[in-house]
Amino acid sequence: MGNRPDPPLDVPEYTSTALRAPRQPFVRLPSFDDASAPVFGRDRVGESDNDLTAGGPLGERIVVSGRVVDSRGRPVRNTLVEVWQANAAGRYAHSSDNHDAPLDANFSGFGRCITDDEGAYRFVTIKPGAYPWQNHRNAWRPAHIHFSLFGTTLSERLVTQMYFPGDPLHRHDPILNAVRSGARDALVASFDLDTTVPEWALGYRWDIHL
Amino acid sequence: MRTPSQTIGPFFRGMLLEQPVVFEDGDVRVEGVVYDGAGNPVDDALVELTQPGGFGRCATDAAGRFRFQTRAAPFADVMVFARGLLRHVVTRVYFSPDDLPSIARSATLLARREGDSYRFDIHLQGPDETVFFDV
Repeated sequence: MGNRPDPPLDVPEYTSTALRAPRQPFVRLPSFDDASAPVFGRDRVGESDNDLTAGGPLGERIVVSGRVVDSRGRPVRNTLVEVWQANAAGRYAHSSDNHDAPLDANFSGFGRCITDDEGAYRFVTIKPGAYPWQNHRNAWRPAHIHFSLFGTTLSERLVTQMYFPGDPLHRHDPILNAVRSGARDALVASFDLDTTVPEWALGYRWDIHL
Repeated sequence: MRTPSQTIGPFFRGMLLEQPVVFEDGDVRVEGVVYDGAGNPVDDALVELTQPGGFGRCATDAAGRFRFQTRAAPFADVMVFARGLLRHVVTRVYFSPDDLPSIARSATLLARREGDSYRFDIHLQGPDETVFFDV
């Protein structure tokens, strides 16, 4: 896991870890050290796939952008960024989401893009709603957007979640709080007036360090 | 500060690109089931398989099963993502016992030949827990 501040795998407060977190120690195998990340999907990413609002969904339109950099701070160029999220009411367009909240026929909830020469990505979407998840009594996930990135080495592969600043649910969420306190803020975007588009959409900035 | 991992959650299906064909000319099928510590199939996992120059991604079905078309030489790196995994786990499938690394429990990394395909089950936990690597 290198020096990435990943959460531990076995977190009793997150009940799904109980039967899924491996119990044996991870094994070091030097041949993984120089393994390259897969190259994937670039030819399957359309120009406007980074706009999740094309269908005209309900909700608060937002822009989410930032840079993808490697462990030495260099931009990660031409890498696939995939995102997915709940709609404004807190419901995913997914068959196993049974939350009693409306689906939005105009919102599929996923997008993708390729980073530019500066390692930058940009999505236009709507702010996802919070939703209940039955992990414990009165459990609610804070608003979040799922991200998937490949990077350039196998060790940089990252699937994570971006949260919104000032959300009172943060301190109640066992998934976010599985990350140690000093590293948790790295998952929370900043409101950014420069990313905000006048008369159109609030902007959030979130840089990703692979 | 590197960005920490979070679980993929249960709702990625249909949201992420999938590509179970690793190589168009791949001559073998690799298939298997992801199991949890109680021996139940994990029906909401994402499995990724990487070989030099090739990559595949497959969500497990209702029976926990995944399937790839690839090449049987000499191994492939495998990542598993799922609800309940705060960070994905990394393993490796080998196609011949001669290629296995000399580590404990290495037999869990060996695919079994079944007809014209290879069977490779992944046990996240339990007595048959698969070897996972520190990557």
